Amino acid sequence: MSKSTEPVFDIDDLSVTYGDFRAVEGITLDIQPNEITAFIGPSGCGKTTVLRCFNRMNDLIESASVEGSIRYHGVDLYGPRIDPVEVRRRMGMVFQKPNPFPKTIYDNIAFGPRVAGHKGDLDDLVEESLTRAALWEEVRGKLAEPALALSGGQQQRLCIARAIATRPDVVLMDEPCSSLDPIATLKIEELMLELKKDYTIVIVTHNMQQAARVSDRTAFFTVDVRDGGVRTGRLVEFDDTGVIFTNPSVQSTEDYITGRFG
Amino acid sequence: MNASAISTAPEAVGRALSSHRRDVRGSVFRVLLLGSLLVAIGILVTLMVDIVARSLPVWGDRGVVDLISTEISADPARAGIWQAFYGSLILMAFTAAIAFPLGIGAAIYLEEYARDTRTTRIINANIRNLAGVPSIVYGLLGLAIFVKLLGGLTGPNVEGRSIISGGLTLGILVLPIVIITTAEALRAVPSSIREGAIGVGATSWQTIRHHVLPIAAPGIFTGTILSLGRAFGEAAPLLLVGGITTFFSTGDAGFMEVLQGRFSAMPVLVFSWARLPQAEFKALTAALIVIMLIVLLLINATAIYLRNRFEKGVTS
Repeated sequence: MSKSTEPVFDIDDLSVTYGDFRAVEGITLDIQPNEITAFIGPSGCGKTTVLRCFNRMNDLIESASVEGSIRYHGVDLYGPRIDPVEVRRRMGMVFQKPNPFPKTIYDNIAFGPRVAGHKGDLDDLVEESLTRAALWEEVRGKLAEPALALSGGQQQRLCIARAIATRPDVVLMDEPCSSLDPIATLKIEELMLELKKDYTIVIVTHNMQQAARVSDRTAFFTVDVRDGGVRTGRLVEFDDTGVIFTNPSVQSTEDYITGRFG
Repeated sequence: MNASAISTAPEAVGRALSSHRRDVRGSVFRVLLLGSLLVAIGILVTLMVDIVARSLPVWGDRGVVDLISTEISADPARAGIWQAFYGSLILMAFTAAIAFPLGIGAAIYLEEYARDTRTTRIINANIRNLAGVPSIVYGLLGLAIFVKLLGGLTGPNVEGRSIISGGLTLGILVLPIVIITTAEALRAVPSSIREGAIGVGATSWQTIRHHVLPIAAPGIFTGTILSLGRAFGEAAPLLLVGGITTFFSTGDAGFMEVLQGRFSAMPVLVFSWARLPQAEFKALTAALIVIMLIVLLLINATAIYLRNRFEKGVTS
């Protein structure tokens, strides 16, 4: 069932090259608002590369070049007058390994809004972000304590709170649960389902069951090995999650889902 | 049935595990390494003890405060180190004022802003080379530029051989060291922190100012303070740039005039006193060395203290 609403992201024939190495090619898909879209596929197929194009994090890699188009609410993200800093304020990112700043819990959340120019009292914003990240009850009296004293799962929820503190409309997650234990993972999956009411979420995951559990639509990537051993990622199939996992159109999708490879 | 080469009966296992094969080579190495350590320490301790012992007459007769506050003189009974003492302090202040901002700034640019091009790599390699250039070469550079070329500015009444020239020369000497240690401290900051900051929409500068610098601070402090220690001990460049070892008076000169006037420094004074024939000067030289060592000790202790304070503030 396709939506007729305006997509949040509209990607057309996206390719990313690092120096001479073509990491990913010919990606075309769209991300709908208030949905969770999962990118799945074997290692090295470019899922993270594509994710990092959304918030221009690939700019940090000097040799990276992007071709094709990514539109965010209709605007070309790589247009000449686009300020990547502003882009990143509108999209939150959560990384594979929790990376809270070595500061207090409060300062971790407050940093983003502060550098975005938010003046005045941030107490309410900090509380709101922590509440939405399902962490408030656990840290409410301890905001002045170091963030690094939290457990792994708590740190990751803190990173989620930090990501949504700048009031983005998109949250990008790069294998957010891969370094967490199953219980922490479950908490974060529940959190994602709550968050999608207010945010659009794109998640890269190695965990197929996770994709099946939480996502609305799933994109299956794979990697082609070309002559010379060059491994370039491409999009195989992109559809509603239910379809991908029960009745995929492409054979290699079915092979991956059923564990025949990858 | 087991696949192992030994039987699994308790006595056999016990015997196999407690066999204590003799590691002759390992033991020999251990002894040799310990010997190296003892020889190195032994040399240092001998030197220390020798110096302190020679300096004892001075402490008995004069005491530390008297020695420091008395002016330089050719007469050993009245010789002190005053001009050399404050000269060294002013020189270190100059060195800090020049090398720290320039060095830290350059390192931040090289590590955080410069793109990884061939030019950048060449610059980095050359800075390392500069750190290894013998200090007397810096003295020649200082002589050519600060004394001869800019003599009118640095010391109009003394042909350019002023504290300013000395301070500028030492500043340039330690500049590469400050750049290298700062760059290393910056590189040690994990990139995950930078990504986290950039990810919430911080600019490069905001990331550096709020995250990278605070984490790199202990390393930067250590590097800068240790470079001061290096500048403190240099004699060769100062001798070229005009450090004198005889008595001179600044009288009632104002601050600027002091800076533009003649100067001395403790390592320079050691160089001079060590060659004087009178026996009293041997003791005085030793006493001066002891004071220098104490100053160096204080510098290093400050570095360690500041480093510990900052490290505690960063990690939990």
